[in-house]
Amino acid sequence: MRTIIVIIRKEFLQIFRNRAMLPQIIMMPLIQLLILSNAATFEIRHLNMHVIDQDQSQASRQLIGKFKASNYFELSDFSFDEKHADEDIMQGKDRCILMIPKGFEHDLMKEQHTKLLLNINAIDGAAAGVINTYALSIIQNFNQQIDAQWINQQQFDQQKILNTPYSFWYNPYMNYKTFMVPGLIVMLLTMVGMFMSAQNIVREKEIGTIEQINVTPIKKAHFIIGKQVPFLIIGLVQLTIGLLVARWVFSIHILGSIPIIYLFATVYLITLLGFGLLISTMVETQQQAMFLAWFFMVIFILMSGLFTPIEAMPQWAQNITKFNPIAYFVSVMRMVVLKGSSIKDILPQLTAISIGGLVMCSLATLRYRKRAG
Amino acid sequence: MKLTGENIIEVENLVKRFGSFTAVDNISFQVKKGEVFGFLGANGAGKTTAIKMLIGLWSPTSGKANVAGFDLFTEANQIRKNIGYMAQRFSLYEDLTVIENIQFYGGIYGLRKNILKERAEELISELGMESFRKELIKNIPLGWKQKLALSVAMIHKPKIVFLDEPTSGVDPITRRQFWDLIYNAAEKGTTVFITTHYMDESEYCDRVSIMVDGRIEALDTPAQLKKQFNAESMDEVFLRLARPTESISK
Repeated sequence: MRTIIVIIRKEFLQIFRNRAMLPQIIMMPLIQLLILSNAATFEIRHLNMHVIDQDQSQASRQLIGKFKASNYFELSDFSFDEKHADEDIMQGKDRCILMIPKGFEHDLMKEQHTKLLLNINAIDGAAAGVINTYALSIIQNFNQQIDAQWINQQQFDQQKILNTPYSFWYNPYMNYKTFMVPGLIVMLLTMVGMFMSAQNIVREKEIGTIEQINVTPIKKAHFIIGKQVPFLIIGLVQLTIGLLVARWVFSIHILGSIPIIYLFATVYLITLLGFGLLISTMVETQQQAMFLAWFFMVIFILMSGLFTPIEAMPQWAQNITKFNPIAYFVSVMRMVVLKGSSIKDILPQLTAISIGGLVMCSLATLRYRKRAG
Repeated sequence: MKLTGENIIEVENLVKRFGSFTAVDNISFQVKKGEVFGFLGANGAGKTTAIKMLIGLWSPTSGKANVAGFDLFTEANQIRKNIGYMAQRFSLYEDLTVIENIQFYGGIYGLRKNILKERAEELISELGMESFRKELIKNIPLGWKQKLALSVAMIHKPKIVFLDEPTSGVDPITRRQFWDLIYNAAEKGTTVFITTHYMDESEYCDRVSIMVDGRIEALDTPAQLKKQFNAESMDEVFLRLARPTESISK
């Protein structure tokens, strides 16, 4: 037990002696959290829309007014010329074209159906889908209004509309920051923890001190634990900073229990640091360690459900995320912080991450050899 | 120093192969308790490989060995408690101070706090390093570092201390002081196992073995070796043994 403390003490001495380390641990995640939470958004606002109004009628103006009134679209250009609109799309000035054909109002009144054309630049498919949904809801709204105003005065066979009332739970204003911030906190303490642990043992290999340690009677498990604890403590400090920023800057109130978050974070960090140290025992240089750590980090983060929902991934990819520690922590953070989930609700995730931690730490301990072949 | 005649290291037919290359080729020797045992050889002769097997850093390919009364294959951790090691490569933490290094290594050898404190003070005053105490290792001269490394390697008072080319790169005065430290340890009953390629240093050893291409070609006291090879100095002894290889490599 005392040997563990000796190692922990030495690691902390080295960490705090390195002047670049403290800002790296505290400031970098803070800045990233503040920047990324504002940047990583899926909401689309003020999209440039090119309008070709060939009808120039009351109805067409009313429809355009509806687009104008929404926050989503910015009516940047008007023309009668499709060619001109196409050019604007090509040059990236506009994201979509709304084309109101001649006879729009006439058809609407007399034939009771009419045509509109909406062209969307769909290079970013997800964004295009969102644009389409916004536009459809505006057009539908317009439709209902027309229905009520003009047509139903003459006819009474109004089709019954199935009306589904809805409410958004847990994030009633659908604020993306509320959704992103807990996940980003996970990412930040993950990156620092992973890189620091992956570089740690291999650094001692590079400078040669590992041999000096290997000739001592220190137990392998003690060595690994002693290496993990400092980074665990740093990770929990980062978590605390992250949660405070979430509270003060983004007004996110933790609905669930704070001890549950810290319990899960502890188990999670043990898993992550075990993995980092495992990498560290397997490689010969810090460069190799960083390369491997990056490789896994990119996969883990992109497949964590942080940016894209896991449910939307193909089945095989979903299966892979079962082995992704970040995915568990991101979902638990969202559950506990935003929904107030209890320990019972997160038990499956807690079980999975505990098994992962056990496996990682055992592997790291086994792979760390005092005696080489 | 008194030699009791009791063997503290016994090596029998020890072999280490890396692929098809045989670094240590079937060596056998004994080291007596309290002895200063010199392990000589040219660069690449297999000295470091042999030493790393004896201290449990590398597994031997075959053979038998007993170090400090324990079997090398089955009781490596018992051996670790009873030996000290100073590597060829510098092994103190550059970003820790003198006292922090002493406390760290003493700590992982499991020394109790009060004993460690006592030893640290003893060690610092013995080396005359009071003024360096809180200095980072990277800021102190190499000679001091080497002397400190030796003392740190013996902080737990091991039965045997293995020194792998401890004096390479230091000036003659520091080397002299270094040997004073070695004699000091031997005086107290520590067995010293030292590799070197300085032939003048081999004269300070009780017995010397000379390795050539992974084999031990000679083993005796410096005086006997000089007699056996009809040489005036150990330098000459060494050249006679090593020359065949040298001419091949040239």
